[in-house]
Amino acid sequence: MPPLLDVRNLRTYYVGFRGTRVVKAVDGVSFSVDAGETFGLVGESGCGKTTTCHAIVRLLAPSARIVSGVIELEGQDLVTKSQSEMRRIRGRRIATILQDPMASLDPLFSIYDQVAEPAHYHQSLRGRALRQRVTQLLAAVRIPSPEHRMKNYPHQMSGGMRQRIVGAISQAGGPRIIIADEPTTNLDVTIQLQYLNLLKDLQRATGVALIFVTHNLGIVAKMCDRVAVMYAGKIVEMQSVRGLFYQPRHPYTRAFLDSIPKLGVKEPLRGIPGQPPDLASLPPGCSFQPRCPRAIDRCRLEEPKQHDLDGAGSVRCWLPIEEATPRG
Amino acid sequence: MAKPLLDVHDLQKHFPIGSSLFGARRTVVKAVDGISFTINAGETLGLVGESGCGKTTTSKLVLAAEAPTSGTIEFEGRNVGQLRGPALQDYRRKVQVVFQDPYSSLSPRMRVGDIIAEPIRAHERLSSADVRARVVHLLELVGFRPDVARLFPHEFSGGQRQRLAIARALSTSARLIVLDEPVSALDVSIRAHIIDLLEQLQERLAVSYLFIAHDLAAVAHLSQRTAVMYLGKLVEVAESLELCARPLHPYTKALFAASLPSHPDEPREEIVLSGEVPSAVDPPRGCHFHPRCPFVMSRCAEYEPPLVELSAGHKVACHLY
Repeated sequence: MPPLLDVRNLRTYYVGFRGTRVVKAVDGVSFSVDAGETFGLVGESGCGKTTTCHAIVRLLAPSARIVSGVIELEGQDLVTKSQSEMRRIRGRRIATILQDPMASLDPLFSIYDQVAEPAHYHQSLRGRALRQRVTQLLAAVRIPSPEHRMKNYPHQMSGGMRQRIVGAISQAGGPRIIIADEPTTNLDVTIQLQYLNLLKDLQRATGVALIFVTHNLGIVAKMCDRVAVMYAGKIVEMQSVRGLFYQPRHPYTRAFLDSIPKLGVKEPLRGIPGQPPDLASLPPGCSFQPRCPRAIDRCRLEEPKQHDLDGAGSVRCWLPIEEATPRG
Repeated sequence: MAKPLLDVHDLQKHFPIGSSLFGARRTVVKAVDGISFTINAGETLGLVGESGCGKTTTSKLVLAAEAPTSGTIEFEGRNVGQLRGPALQDYRRKVQVVFQDPYSSLSPRMRVGDIIAEPIRAHERLSSADVRARVVHLLELVGFRPDVARLFPHEFSGGQRQRLAIARALSTSARLIVLDEPVSALDVSIRAHIIDLLEQLQERLAVSYLFIAHDLAAVAHLSQRTAVMYLGKLVEVAESLELCARPLHPYTKALFAASLPSHPDEPREEIVLSGEVPSAVDPPRGCHFHPRCPFVMSRCAEYEPPLVELSAGHKVACHLY
């Protein structure tokens, strides 16, 4: 069976004034997501994870363009769609949840209007059926007394509740896949746990696939089936979640895992030396090579190709780590 | 035992809201509602809690940026509320702060050297050559070459800026630094460097930290003792390792359960709290946590549990114990 979403060799560049500065934010990214799966896209700020998502839903900033690549959703290439065709796809087949719920909700419209809009537009519901659908969507994201709450405006709700409303809106058009870009970064930890459990429940109920974009490996460990680690616009490693945590193959993944403090463990932390590279002037060879403890001469000369790991994912490194990491 | 460096006793801060002109009943937000803690010289106390629990108000009280409604703060044996003039200025010299966002805490119009020199010039009479020598020393302390002094903040990354903010906090030989979410705005790989640097500096300079954050793992890593705050009150205080191994208060347990696993097969108790943090304007009667508590009993709604010491150094405010 073909995957639900298949991204192949996607390149998205930001082109500066008169093309003098080209930022290769996404540089040859390939991954696929199956129906009902949760796929994690992990990396630090500026690694291109958000640009990848914006490219998939075709909501890029004016200075960004998709230079090459294919984004196939249920067999149709989204790159070649017009914006009016995309409007019928966004919300109905692919939905997004962004980081800041206050920025995704319109302060001038009631919760009812905002949840009803995609349900009306994509599923042609109206009148009582539409009202019922909104009630049901709000109940599914555990808004207490939805009939009453739907008359409220965003400012009358707490941050956690607003983000649940955004969750309800993303469900309203009945999408097959939801892209969640750091959805819990603005939430408190106990509210974050509620929200992550809620997304899991929604997924179980509707079979929707999730792409989770985050820099938090804890969220990945809790939520995802497979993960791709991005660095400087490229996927450097892609594995199952267990594979990634127990046997990271790319030195960057390993260093990333080592730099997180563990509860109740006082070992010194090992950060990653140096800074992430400037995407407009990448170092020669492998982008991670100036910060990599394992770098060899070849890394400085030649960019590593993507190697398959015996059916268990892929890694982009000349000298991948072989030994397993003891954890637990 | 030596006297603690900082001794906070029954500290309260109430903010009036919606006050009416003619003495009608005023409502107050009890942002900090009777908390006590101590910090020893060279020690780090972690303060964790969710947004709105009063952590930042606590930090402002300790920095003498706000005056407490009641309660006392003693620093080196002197009551901070009674300090005036030069003595208060000296307190401000010894108690410094590092904020969360290094993009807004460093003036974009000042050179790095001036940013670090400003507190020195404000507090000490030194010749400009001495100030310059001190700045060079501070830059080296946080891992920069001295020639960065002539650069502007925009030329630095977030982690580097946070190092500059730390250098500024150390510039007047501070004894206590309030770290208000110092790593939350940084990328994961950079966070580790800053935490490491803070640890090294403490070892070398025997400075104390009040480390405020919502990330339990980071707090437990850097602090010897950790205090957990909920709606203006401390619910539990213990040695950090003890707190991780044996959290007692249901809220602390829930915070640990909510902190995300460090790998996919980590065994963990799932305590999912229902509801959200209630408003501090009208906190629940009795124990503030009882409406969300999975172990709630009838008396929790009536009496407020006091903070009692259960074993050496481990205090908890809960009717279960």
